[in-house]
Amino acid sequence: MIQSLADGILVGAILSLGAIGLTMVMHILRFANFSHAELLSIGAYSALVFDALFSGILPILANKVGPFSMTWALILSMLCAMGVTGLSAMLIDRFVFKRIREKGDELSMVFASFGVAMIIRNVLGLIFGLKSQLYSNDIVFAVMVSSEPMLLIKPDQVFVLLAALLIMLMLHFVLSRTTFGYALRAVAENPSLAEVSGIRLSRVIALVWIIGGGLAAAAGVFYGLNNHINPVIGRDLVLPIFAATIVGGIGSVYGAVLGGFIVGIAASMALLVLPSGYSPAVPFMIILVLLLVRPHGLFGEPQT
Amino acid sequence: MAEILLRATDIVAGYVKDLPILKQVNIEVKKASLTLIIGPNGAGKSTLIKAIAGVVPVTSGQISLAGEDLTGIRPDQMAQHSIAYVPQSDNIFRALTIRQNLELVLRKSKNSPARIAEMFNRFPPLASKQAEKAGTLSGGQRQLLAVAMALAVDPLLILMDEPSAGLSPKAAQEVLQLARDLTSQGVTILLVEQNVKQAMRLADHCYILAEGRNQHDADASVLLDDPIVGEIYLGGKRMSVA
Repeated sequence: MIQSLADGILVGAILSLGAIGLTMVMHILRFANFSHAELLSIGAYSALVFDALFSGILPILANKVGPFSMTWALILSMLCAMGVTGLSAMLIDRFVFKRIREKGDELSMVFASFGVAMIIRNVLGLIFGLKSQLYSNDIVFAVMVSSEPMLLIKPDQVFVLLAALLIMLMLHFVLSRTTFGYALRAVAENPSLAEVSGIRLSRVIALVWIIGGGLAAAAGVFYGLNNHINPVIGRDLVLPIFAATIVGGIGSVYGAVLGGFIVGIAASMALLVLPSGYSPAVPFMIILVLLLVRPHGLFGEPQT
Repeated sequence: MAEILLRATDIVAGYVKDLPILKQVNIEVKKASLTLIIGPNGAGKSTLIKAIAGVVPVTSGQISLAGEDLTGIRPDQMAQHSIAYVPQSDNIFRALTIRQNLELVLRKSKNSPARIAEMFNRFPPLASKQAEKAGTLSGGQRQLLAVAMALAVDPLLILMDEPSAGLSPKAAQEVLQLARDLTSQGVTILLVEQNVKQAMRLADHCYILAEGRNQHDADASVLLDDPIVGEIYLGGKRMSVA
Protein backbone atom coordinates (compact mmCIF):
# COMPACT_ATOMS: atom_id res chain seq x y z
CA MET A 1 0.00 0.00 0.00
CA ILE A 2 2.78 2.43 0.90
CA GLN A 3 4.40 1.60 -2.42
CA SER A 4 1.19 2.58 -4.24
CA LEU A 5 1.05 5.78 -2.21
CA ALA A 6 4.64 6.65 -3.16
CA ASP A 7 3.99 5.88 -6.83
CA GLY A 8 0.80 7.93 -6.67
CA ILE A 9 2.62 10.93 -5.22
CA LEU A 10 5.12 10.82 -8.07
CA VAL A 11 2.40 10.60 -10.73
CA GLY A 12 0.52 13.31 -8.84
CA ALA A 13 3.48 15.70 -9.06
CA ILE A 14 3.56 15.26 -12.84
CA LEU A 15 -0.22 15.70 -13.15
CA SER A 16 -0.06 18.81 -10.95
CA LEU A 17 2.43 20.48 -13.25
CA GLY A 18 0.19 19.71 -16.20
CA ALA A 19 -2.94 20.84 -14.39
CA ILE A 20 -1.51 24.22 -13.31
CA GLY A 21 -1.21 25.45 -16.88
CA LEU A 22 -4.56 24.00 -17.84
CA THR A 23 -6.41 25.61 -14.93
CA MET A 24 -4.85 29.00 -15.67
CA VAL A 25 -5.86 28.86 -19.33
CA MET A 26 -9.33 27.50 -18.55
CA HIS A 27 -9.97 30.26 -16.05
CA ILE A 28 -8.58 33.19 -17.98
CA LEU A 29 -9.73 32.21 -21.46
CA ARG A 30 -12.88 30.38 -20.32
CA PHE A 31 -12.46 27.28 -22.42
CA ALA A 32 -11.52 23.65 -21.86
CA ASN A 33 -8.29 23.17 -23.79
CA PHE A 34 -8.13 19.50 -24.73
CA SER A 35 -4.82 20.06 -26.48
CA HIS A 36 -3.04 21.05 -23.26
CA ALA A 37 -1.77 17.54 -22.54
CA GLU A 38 -0.12 17.51 -25.98
CA LEU A 39 2.20 20.19 -24.65
CA LEU A 40 3.67 17.47 -22.42
CA SER A 41 4.49 15.51 -25.58
CA ILE A 42 6.06 18.56 -27.22
CA GLY A 43 8.13 19.07 -24.08
CA ALA A 44 9.20 15.43 -23.86
CA TYR A 45 10.23 15.26 -27.53
CA SER A 46 11.92 18.68 -27.49
CA ALA A 47 14.04 17.53 -24.58
CA LEU A 48 14.89 14.36 -26.50
CA VAL A 49 16.16 16.44 -29.42
CA PHE A 50 18.10 18.89 -27.24
CA ASP A 51 19.55 15.98 -25.25
CA ALA A 52 20.97 14.39 -28.39
CA LEU A 53 22.23 17.78 -29.53
CA PHE A 54 23.97 18.74 -26.29
CA SER A 55 25.40 15.26 -25.77
CA GLY A 56 26.77 15.34 -29.31
CA ILE A 57 28.29 18.82 -29.09
CA LEU A 58 29.70 18.50 -25.58
CA PRO A 59 30.20 14.83 -24.66
CA ILE A 60 31.03 15.83 -21.09
CA LEU A 61 27.39 16.77 -20.66
CA ALA A 62 26.46 13.14 -21.34
CA ASN A 63 27.75 12.20 -17.89
CA LYS A 64 25.16 11.11 -15.39
CA VAL A 65 24.20 13.36 -12.51
CA GLY A 66 24.96 11.57 -9.25
CA PRO A 67 22.79 8.52 -8.70
CA PHE A 68 20.22 9.58 -11.28
CA SER A 69 19.75 8.16 -14.76
CA MET A 70 19.59 11.63 -16.24
CA THR A 71 22.56 13.48 -17.63
CA TRP A 72 23.59 17.10 -17.39
CA ALA A 73 22.57 17.36 -21.02
CA LEU A 74 19.05 16.26 -20.16
CA ILE A 75 18.74 18.81 -17.39
CA LEU A 76 19.80 21.56 -19.79
CA SER A 77 17.49 20.05 -22.39
CA MET A 78 14.56 20.22 -20.02
CA LEU A 79 15.09 23.95 -19.54
CA CYS A 80 15.30 24.44 -23.31
CA ALA A 81 12.22 22.26 -23.81
CA MET A 82 10.33 24.42 -21.33
CA GLY A 83 11.17 27.46 -23.43
CA VAL A 84 10.29 25.79 -26.73
CA THR A 85 7.02 24.41 -25.39
CA GLY A 86 6.05 27.72 -23.80
CA LEU A 87 6.71 29.44 -27.09
CA SER A 88 4.77 26.74 -28.98
CA ALA A 89 1.80 27.20 -26.65
CA MET A 90 1.88 30.94 -27.22
CA LEU A 91 2.08 30.51 -30.99
CA ILE A 92 -0.76 27.97 -31.02
CA ASP A 93 -2.86 30.54 -29.19
CA ARG A 94 -1.85 33.33 -31.54
CA PHE A 95 -2.55 31.40 -34.73
CA VAL A 96 -5.50 29.27 -33.65
CA PHE A 97 -7.27 30.09 -30.39
CA LYS A 98 -6.92 33.87 -30.54
CA ARG A 99 -8.48 33.99 -33.99
CA ILE A 100 -11.39 31.82 -32.88
CA ARG A 101 -11.72 33.81 -29.64
CA GLU A 102 -12.16 36.99 -31.65
CA LYS A 103 -14.75 35.50 -33.97
CA GLY A 104 -16.40 32.55 -32.27
CA ASP A 105 -17.39 31.35 -28.86
CA GLU A 106 -15.96 29.07 -26.18
CA LEU A 107 -17.50 25.96 -27.71
CA SER A 108 -15.71 26.59 -31.00
CA MET A 109 -12.47 26.84 -29.06
CA VAL A 110 -13.11 23.51 -27.33
CA PHE A 111 -13.63 21.80 -30.68
CA ALA A 112 -10.59 23.56 -32.09
CA SER A 113 -8.54 22.26 -29.17
CA PHE A 114 -9.46 18.69 -30.16
CA GLY A 115 -8.20 19.48 -33.65
CA VAL A 116 -5.00 21.01 -32.34
CA ALA A 117 -4.42 17.93 -30.16
CA MET A 118 -4.80 15.62 -33.17
CA ILE A 119 -2.46 17.75 -35.27
CA ILE A 120 0.26 17.86 -32.60
CA ARG A 121 -0.02 14.12 -31.96
CA ASN A 122 0.22 13.23 -35.64
CA VAL A 123 2.99 15.69 -36.42
CA LEU A 124 5.05 14.23 -33.56
CA GLY A 125 4.31 10.75 -34.91
CA LEU A 126 5.42 11.80 -38.40
CA ILE A 127 8.64 13.38 -37.18
CA PHE A 128 9.70 10.95 -34.47
CA GLY A 129 7.87 7.79 -35.49
CA LEU A 130 5.41 5.79 -33.44
CA LYS A 131 8.06 3.68 -31.75
CA SER A 132 8.58 4.42 -28.06
CA GLN A 133 11.82 6.10 -27.08
CA LEU A 134 13.74 6.60 -23.84
CA TYR A 135 15.96 9.34 -22.48
CA SER A 136 18.34 6.70 -21.20
CA ASN A 137 18.73 3.03 -22.04
CA ASP A 138 20.67 2.41 -18.83
CA ILE A 139 18.91 0.35 -16.24
CA VAL A 140 18.49 2.19 -12.96
CA PHE A 141 17.62 -0.01 -10.04
CA ALA A 142 15.21 1.10 -7.39
CA VAL A 143 16.54 1.55 -3.88
CA MET A 144 14.83 -0.37 -1.11
CA VAL A 145 13.79 2.29 1.38
CA SER A 146 11.98 -0.18 3.60
CA SER A 147 11.48 -3.92 3.52
CA GLU A 148 8.46 -4.08 5.83
CA PRO A 149 6.35 -2.63 4.38
CA MET A 150 8.12 -2.95 1.06
CA LEU A 151 9.00 0.42 -0.44
CA LEU A 152 11.17 0.70 -3.53
CA ILE A 153 12.03 4.10 -4.93
CA LYS A 154 14.20 5.03 -7.90
CA PRO A 155 16.54 8.00 -7.43
CA ASP A 156 14.94 9.58 -10.52
CA GLN A 157 11.58 9.50 -8.79
CA VAL A 158 13.00 11.46 -5.87
CA PHE A 159 14.50 13.97 -8.29
CA VAL A 160 11.19 14.34 -10.15
CA LEU A 161 9.25 14.90 -6.97
CA LEU A 162 11.72 17.44 -5.57
CA ALA A 163 12.04 19.27 -8.89
CA ALA A 164 8.25 19.40 -9.31
CA LEU A 165 7.82 20.72 -5.77
CA LEU A 166 10.54 23.31 -6.37
CA ILE A 167 8.82 24.51 -9.55
CA MET A 168 5.50 24.75 -7.69
CA LEU A 169 7.17 26.66 -4.86
CA MET A 170 8.66 29.11 -7.34
CA LEU A 171 5.26 29.58 -8.95
CA HIS A 172 3.72 30.12 -5.52
CA PHE A 173 6.31 32.80 -4.82
CA VAL A 174 5.59 34.54 -8.11
CA LEU A 175 1.82 34.46 -7.60
CA SER A 176 1.81 35.53 -3.98
CA ARG A 177 4.75 37.91 -3.72
CA THR A 178 5.19 39.72 -7.01
CA THR A 179 3.06 42.30 -8.79
CA PHE A 180 3.31 40.12 -11.89
CA GLY A 181 1.63 37.37 -9.88
CA TYR A 182 -1.03 39.83 -8.72
CA ALA A 183 -1.58 40.79 -12.36
CA LEU A 184 -2.08 37.13 -13.32
CA ARG A 185 -4.57 36.66 -10.49
CA ALA A 186 -6.30 39.92 -11.36
CA VAL A 187 -6.76 38.89 -14.99
CA ALA A 188 -8.08 35.50 -13.88
CA GLU A 189 -10.61 37.14 -11.56
CA ASN A 190 -11.82 40.05 -13.65
CA PRO A 191 -10.19 40.62 -17.05
CA SER A 192 -12.03 43.85 -17.86
CA LEU A 193 -11.16 45.43 -14.51
CA ALA A 194 -7.59 44.23 -14.90
CA GLU A 195 -7.44 45.98 -18.24
CA VAL A 196 -8.67 49.32 -16.90
CA SER A 197 -6.19 48.87 -14.04
CA GLY A 198 -3.40 49.17 -16.58
CA ILE A 199 -2.76 45.50 -17.37
CA ARG A 200 -2.31 44.66 -21.03
CA LEU A 201 -4.44 41.56 -21.45
CA SER A 202 -2.78 40.26 -24.60
CA ARG A 203 0.59 40.30 -22.84
CA VAL A 204 -0.70 38.48 -19.76
CA ILE A 205 -2.49 35.89 -21.90
CA ALA A 206 0.75 35.26 -23.81
CA LEU A 207 2.63 34.86 -20.53
CA VAL A 208 0.00 32.44 -19.21
CA TRP A 209 0.54 30.27 -22.28
CA ILE A 210 4.30 30.47 -21.87
CA ILE A 211 4.13 29.51 -18.19
CA GLY A 212 1.54 26.78 -18.80
CA GLY A 213 3.56 25.40 -21.71
CA GLY A 214 6.78 25.52 -19.71
CA LEU A 215 5.27 23.63 -16.79
CA ALA A 216 3.73 21.10 -19.17
CA ALA A 217 7.14 20.56 -20.75
CA ALA A 218 8.69 19.89 -17.34
CA ALA A 219 5.86 17.44 -16.65
CA GLY A 220 6.49 15.77 -20.02
CA VAL A 221 10.21 15.32 -19.30
CA PHE A 222 9.50 14.03 -15.77
CA TYR A 223 6.99 11.60 -17.24
CA GLY A 224 9.57 10.48 -19.81
CA LEU A 225 12.14 9.80 -17.10
CA ASN A 226 10.00 6.99 -15.75
CA ASN A 227 8.05 5.97 -18.83
CA HIS A 228 8.44 5.49 -22.55
CA ILE A 229 8.13 8.56 -24.72
CA ASN A 230 5.68 8.21 -27.56
CA PRO A 231 3.33 10.52 -29.47
CA VAL A 232 0.29 9.44 -27.43
CA ILE A 233 1.53 10.72 -24.07
CA GLY A 234 -0.96 13.58 -24.38
CA ARG A 235 -3.85 11.25 -25.15
CA ASP A 236 -3.01 9.11 -22.12
CA LEU A 237 -2.64 12.07 -19.75
CA VAL A 238 -5.38 14.42 -20.91
CA LEU A 239 -8.04 12.87 -18.71
CA PRO A 240 -6.04 12.66 -15.47
CA ILE A 241 -4.90 16.27 -16.00
CA PHE A 242 -8.49 17.39 -16.55
CA ALA A 243 -9.55 15.44 -13.48
CA ALA A 244 -6.85 17.17 -11.42
CA THR A 245 -8.00 20.56 -12.69
CA ILE A 246 -11.66 19.90 -11.95
CA VAL A 247 -10.94 18.37 -8.54
CA GLY A 248 -8.86 21.39 -7.55
CA GLY A 249 -11.37 23.87 -8.90
CA ILE A 250 -10.96 25.67 -12.19
CA GLY A 251 -8.82 28.75 -11.78
CA SER A 252 -7.09 27.66 -8.60
CA VAL A 253 -3.39 26.98 -9.05
CA TYR A 254 -3.16 25.55 -5.56
CA GLY A 255 -6.24 23.46 -6.29
CA ALA A 256 -4.56 22.09 -9.40
CA VAL A 257 -1.54 21.06 -7.33
CA LEU A 258 -3.71 19.30 -4.77
CA GLY A 259 -5.97 17.86 -7.48
CA GLY A 260 -2.94 16.39 -9.25
CA PHE A 261 -1.82 14.60 -6.11
CA ILE A 262 -5.36 13.38 -5.32
CA VAL A 263 -5.87 11.96 -8.82
CA GLY A 264 -2.37 10.47 -8.94
CA ILE A 265 -2.70 8.80 -5.57
CA ALA A 266 -6.27 7.61 -6.22
CA ALA A 267 -5.33 6.09 -9.59
CA SER A 268 -2.33 4.36 -8.06
CA MET A 269 -4.20 3.09 -4.99
CA ALA A 270 -7.05 1.85 -7.19
CA LEU A 271 -4.66 -0.75 -8.55
CA LEU A 272 -4.76 -2.40 -5.14
CA VAL A 273 -8.44 -3.18 -5.47
CA LEU A 274 -9.16 -2.99 -9.20
CA PRO A 275 -7.68 -4.90 -12.13
CA SER A 276 -5.12 -2.70 -13.91
CA GLY A 277 -7.39 -2.40 -16.94
CA TYR A 278 -9.83 -0.36 -14.89
CA SER A 279 -7.23 2.11 -13.68
CA PRO A 280 -7.79 4.65 -16.48
CA ALA A 281 -11.43 4.90 -15.37
CA VAL A 282 -10.47 6.21 -11.94
CA PRO A 283 -10.04 9.85 -13.03
CA PHE A 284 -13.50 9.65 -14.65
CA MET A 285 -14.99 8.41 -11.40
CA ILE A 286 -13.26 11.15 -9.42
CA ILE A 287 -14.61 13.80 -11.78
CA LEU A 288 -18.13 12.38 -11.54
CA VAL A 289 -18.12 12.16 -7.76
CA LEU A 290 -16.71 15.63 -7.35
CA LEU A 291 -19.11 17.21 -9.83
CA LEU A 292 -21.96 15.73 -7.81
CA VAL A 293 -20.64 16.70 -4.38
CA ARG A 294 -18.79 19.94 -5.03
CA PRO A 295 -19.27 21.11 -8.62
CA HIS A 296 -16.82 24.01 -8.34
CA GLY A 297 -14.02 21.80 -7.06
CA LEU A 298 -12.07 21.97 -3.82
CA PHE A 299 -10.64 25.46 -4.25
CA GLY A 300 -12.77 26.87 -7.06
CA GLU A 301 -15.41 29.52 -6.58
CA PRO A 302 -19.06 28.76 -7.30
CA GLN A 303 -20.40 30.31 -10.49
CA THR A 304 -22.58 33.33 -9.72
CA MET B 1 -12.51 80.96 -15.91
CA ALA B 2 -11.42 77.37 -15.26
CA GLU B 3 -9.48 75.62 -17.96
CA ILE B 4 -11.18 72.77 -19.86
CA LEU B 5 -9.44 69.49 -19.01
CA LEU B 6 -11.49 66.97 -20.95
CA ARG B 7 -13.21 67.63 -24.22
CA ALA B 8 -15.28 64.98 -26.02
CA THR B 9 -16.50 66.16 -29.40
CA ASP B 10 -19.16 64.52 -31.59
CA ILE B 11 -18.62 61.11 -30.02
CA VAL B 12 -20.22 58.19 -31.83
CA ALA B 13 -19.61 54.93 -29.99
CA GLY B 14 -21.19 51.59 -29.20
CA TYR B 15 -20.47 47.99 -28.34
CA VAL B 16 -21.57 46.65 -31.73
CA LYS B 17 -20.35 47.99 -35.02
CA ASP B 18 -22.95 50.03 -36.91
CA LEU B 19 -25.18 50.15 -33.85
CA PRO B 20 -24.05 53.27 -32.00
CA ILE B 21 -25.31 53.98 -28.53
CA LEU B 22 -23.77 57.44 -28.45
CA LYS B 23 -24.80 59.59 -31.40
CA GLN B 24 -22.58 62.67 -31.53
CA VAL B 25 -22.32 63.45 -27.85
CA ASN B 26 -20.35 66.50 -26.76
CA ILE B 27 -19.09 67.28 -23.29
CA GLU B 28 -16.51 69.53 -21.71
CA VAL B 29 -15.16 69.04 -18.22
CA LYS B 30 -13.42 71.85 -16.38
CA LYS B 31 -10.30 71.21 -14.37
CA ALA B 32 -10.85 70.39 -10.67
CA SER B 33 -14.61 70.24 -11.16
CA LEU B 34 -17.25 67.62 -10.48
CA THR B 35 -19.22 67.09 -13.67
CA LEU B 36 -22.28 64.92 -13.54
CA ILE B 37 -23.91 62.97 -16.34
CA ILE B 38 -27.51 61.99 -15.85
CA GLY B 39 -30.23 60.60 -18.03
CA PRO B 40 -32.84 57.87 -18.22
CA ASN B 41 -31.87 54.22 -18.52
CA GLY B 42 -30.30 53.51 -21.88
CA ALA B 43 -29.30 57.12 -22.38
CA GLY B 44 -25.67 56.15 -22.90
CA LYS B 45 -24.25 57.63 -19.68
CA SER B 46 -22.03 54.67 -18.79
CA THR B 47 -21.18 54.13 -22.45
CA LEU B 48 -19.87 57.69 -22.60
CA ILE B 49 -17.39 57.27 -19.79
CA LYS B 50 -16.44 53.82 -21.09
CA ALA B 51 -15.78 55.40 -24.49
CA ILE B 52 -13.56 58.00 -22.83
CA ALA B 53 -11.78 55.20 -20.96
CA GLY B 54 -11.25 53.25 -24.18
CA VAL B 55 -13.41 50.35 -23.01
CA VAL B 56 -16.03 50.98 -25.71
CA PRO B 57 -14.72 51.66 -29.23
CA VAL B 58 -15.25 55.18 -30.57
CA THR B 59 -16.44 55.14 -34.18
CA SER B 60 -16.02 58.86 -34.76
CA GLY B 61 -15.43 62.04 -32.85
CA GLN B 62 -12.52 63.16 -30.75
CA ILE B 63 -11.55 62.90 -27.09
CA SER B 64 -8.81 65.11 -25.71
CA LEU B 65 -7.36 65.52 -22.25
CA ALA B 66 -5.43 68.72 -21.56
CA GLY B 67 -5.10 69.16 -25.30
CA GLU B 68 -3.76 65.64 -25.93
CA ASP B 69 -5.78 63.49 -28.33
CA LEU B 70 -6.88 60.32 -26.53
CA THR B 71 -9.35 59.01 -29.08
CA GLY B 72 -9.08 55.23 -29.40
CA ILE B 73 -6.62 54.60 -26.56
CA ARG B 74 -6.57 51.10 -25.12
CA PRO B 75 -8.07 50.76 -21.63
CA ASP B 76 -4.72 49.68 -20.21
CA GLN B 77 -3.17 52.94 -21.42
CA MET B 78 -5.48 55.15 -19.37
CA ALA B 79 -3.18 55.44 -16.38
CA GLN B 80 -0.32 56.56 -18.63
CA HIS B 81 -2.58 59.38 -19.76
CA SER B 82 -3.52 60.32 -16.17
CA ILE B 83 -7.05 58.92 -16.31
CA ALA B 84 -8.51 56.51 -13.80
CA TYR B 85 -11.80 54.69 -14.14
CA VAL B 86 -13.95 53.33 -11.33
CA PRO B 87 -16.47 50.85 -12.78
CA GLN B 88 -19.96 50.59 -11.32
CA SER B 89 -19.58 47.08 -9.89
CA ASP B 90 -16.83 44.49 -9.52
CA ASN B 91 -14.37 47.36 -9.21
CA ILE B 92 -11.87 45.67 -6.88
CA PHE B 93 -10.02 42.36 -7.02
CA ARG B 94 -11.68 40.31 -4.31
CA ALA B 95 -9.06 37.57 -4.22
CA LEU B 96 -6.22 40.02 -3.61
CA THR B 97 -5.63 41.75 -0.30
CA ILE B 98 -6.35 45.45 0.00
CA ARG B 99 -2.65 46.21 -0.11
CA GLN B 100 -2.13 43.95 -3.13
CA ASN B 101 -4.95 45.77 -4.96
CA LEU B 102 -3.06 49.02 -4.48
CA GLU B 103 0.31 47.45 -5.32
CA LEU B 104 -1.20 46.11 -8.53
CA VAL B 105 -2.31 49.49 -9.86
CA LEU B 106 0.99 51.03 -8.74
CA ARG B 107 3.26 48.31 -10.10
CA LYS B 108 4.83 50.69 -12.64
CA SER B 109 5.20 53.53 -10.16
CA LYS B 110 8.62 54.33 -8.74
CA ASN B 111 7.24 55.48 -5.41
CA SER B 112 4.69 52.76 -4.85
CA PRO B 113 5.26 52.34 -1.06
CA ALA B 114 4.90 56.09 -0.49
CA ARG B 115 1.70 56.26 -2.56
CA ILE B 116 0.24 53.27 -0.71
CA ALA B 117 1.09 54.89 2.63
CA GLU B 118 -0.59 58.07 1.41
CA MET B 119 -3.74 56.16 0.44
CA PHE B 120 -3.85 54.44 3.83
CA ASN B 121 -3.47 57.82 5.53
CA ARG B 122 -6.31 59.18 3.49
CA PHE B 123 -8.55 56.16 4.01
CA PRO B 124 -7.91 54.80 7.53
CA PRO B 125 -10.58 52.06 7.30
CA LEU B 126 -8.50 50.49 4.54
CA ALA B 127 -5.25 50.78 6.45
CA SER B 128 -6.50 48.72 9.34
CA LYS B 129 -7.56 45.93 6.97
CA GLN B 130 -4.72 46.11 4.48
CA ALA B 131 -3.73 42.45 4.82
CA GLU B 132 -7.30 41.20 4.44
CA LYS B 133 -8.81 39.96 1.21
CA ALA B 134 -10.69 42.79 -0.51
CA GLY B 135 -13.66 40.47 -0.89
CA THR B 136 -14.26 40.70 2.85
CA LEU B 137 -14.94 44.46 2.73
CA SER B 138 -18.41 45.96 3.04
CA GLY B 139 -20.00 47.68 0.03
CA GLY B 140 -18.96 51.14 1.19
CA GLN B 141 -15.42 50.04 1.99
CA ARG B 142 -15.14 48.43 -1.44
CA GLN B 143 -16.02 51.74 -3.04
CA LEU B 144 -13.40 53.41 -0.86
CA LEU B 145 -10.82 50.91 -2.07
CA ALA B 146 -11.92 51.40 -5.68
CA VAL B 147 -11.51 55.17 -5.28
CA ALA B 148 -8.16 54.67 -3.53
CA MET B 149 -7.00 52.49 -6.45
CA ALA B 150 -8.03 55.23 -8.86
CA LEU B 151 -6.41 57.99 -6.81
CA ALA B 152 -3.21 56.06 -6.21
CA VAL B 153 -2.01 56.58 -9.77
CA ASP B 154 -2.32 60.36 -9.25
CA PRO B 155 -4.71 60.97 -12.15
CA LEU B 156 -5.82 64.28 -13.62
CA LEU B 157 -9.27 62.82 -14.24
CA ILE B 158 -11.31 60.13 -12.52
CA LEU B 159 -14.25 58.59 -14.35
CA MET B 160 -16.77 57.22 -11.86
CA ASP B 161 -19.67 55.03 -12.95
CA GLU B 162 -22.49 55.11 -10.39
CA PRO B 163 -20.27 54.85 -7.32
CA SER B 164 -23.28 54.92 -4.99
CA ALA B 165 -25.06 51.97 -6.63
CA GLY B 166 -25.99 49.32 -4.11
CA LEU B 167 -24.83 51.32 -1.11
CA SER B 168 -26.82 52.37 1.93
CA PRO B 169 -27.98 56.02 1.81
CA LYS B 170 -25.30 56.95 4.36
CA ALA B 171 -22.51 55.18 2.48
CA ALA B 172 -23.78 56.62 -0.82
CA GLN B 173 -23.65 60.14 0.60
CA GLU B 174 -20.12 59.52 1.90
CA VAL B 175 -18.87 58.30 -1.46
CA LEU B 176 -20.40 61.24 -3.32
CA GLN B 177 -19.02 63.65 -0.74
CA LEU B 178 -15.62 62.04 -1.22
CA ALA B 179 -15.86 62.75 -4.95
CA ARG B 180 -16.67 66.37 -4.13
CA ASP B 181 -13.77 66.63 -1.68
CA LEU B 182 -11.35 65.29 -4.27
CA THR B 183 -12.12 68.16 -6.62
CA SER B 184 -11.08 70.63 -3.95
CA GLN B 185 -7.73 68.82 -3.97
CA GLY B 186 -7.33 69.45 -7.69
CA VAL B 187 -8.72 66.17 -9.05
CA THR B 188 -11.28 66.38 -11.84
CA ILE B 189 -14.23 64.02 -11.61
CA LEU B 190 -16.64 62.93 -14.31
CA LEU B 191 -19.47 61.14 -12.60
CA VAL B 192 -22.39 59.07 -13.84
CA GLU B 193 -25.01 58.75 -11.15
CA GLN B 194 -28.58 57.53 -10.73
CA ASN B 195 -28.76 59.13 -7.32
CA VAL B 196 -29.55 62.38 -9.09
CA LYS B 197 -30.58 64.81 -6.37
CA GLN B 198 -27.77 63.89 -4.01
CA ALA B 199 -25.20 64.11 -6.79
CA MET B 200 -26.55 67.36 -8.18
CA ARG B 201 -26.20 69.07 -4.84
CA LEU B 202 -22.49 68.34 -4.96
CA ALA B 203 -21.76 68.71 -8.69
CA ASP B 204 -20.56 71.80 -10.50
CA HIS B 205 -21.98 71.08 -13.90
CA CYS B 206 -24.46 68.57 -15.23
CA TYR B 207 -25.10 67.03 -18.62
CA ILE B 208 -28.38 65.34 -19.45
CA LEU B 209 -28.29 62.61 -22.06
CA ALA B 210 -31.19 60.77 -23.64
CA GLU B 211 -31.13 58.16 -26.38
CA GLY B 212 -27.42 58.67 -26.86
CA ARG B 213 -27.62 62.40 -27.48
CA ASN B 214 -27.06 65.58 -25.50
CA GLN B 215 -30.37 66.91 -24.24
CA HIS B 216 -29.31 69.73 -22.03
CA ASP B 217 -26.46 70.95 -19.87
CA ALA B 218 -26.16 73.64 -17.26
CA ASP B 219 -24.76 74.37 -13.84
CA ALA B 220 -25.94 71.67 -11.46
CA SER B 221 -27.42 74.25 -9.08
CA VAL B 222 -29.59 75.59 -11.90
CA LEU B 223 -30.80 72.16 -12.97
CA LEU B 224 -31.49 71.15 -9.39
CA ASP B 225 -34.34 73.64 -9.23
CA ASP B 226 -35.59 72.81 -12.72
CA PRO B 227 -39.00 71.10 -12.53
CA ILE B 228 -38.52 69.43 -15.89
CA VAL B 229 -35.41 67.58 -14.72
CA GLY B 230 -37.41 66.04 -11.90
CA GLU B 231 -40.09 65.09 -14.35
CA ILE B 232 -37.63 63.19 -16.52
CA TYR B 233 -36.57 60.97 -13.66
CA LEU B 234 -39.82 60.59 -11.88
CA GLY B 235 -42.07 60.07 -14.90
CA GLY B 236 -39.58 59.10 -17.58
CA LYS B 237 -40.79 61.96 -19.76
CA ARG B 238 -38.14 63.19 -22.16
CA MET B 239 -37.24 66.82 -22.60
CA SER B 240 -37.48 68.42 -25.96
CA VAL B 241 -34.07 69.23 -27.39
CA ALA B 242 -32.91 72.48 -25.89
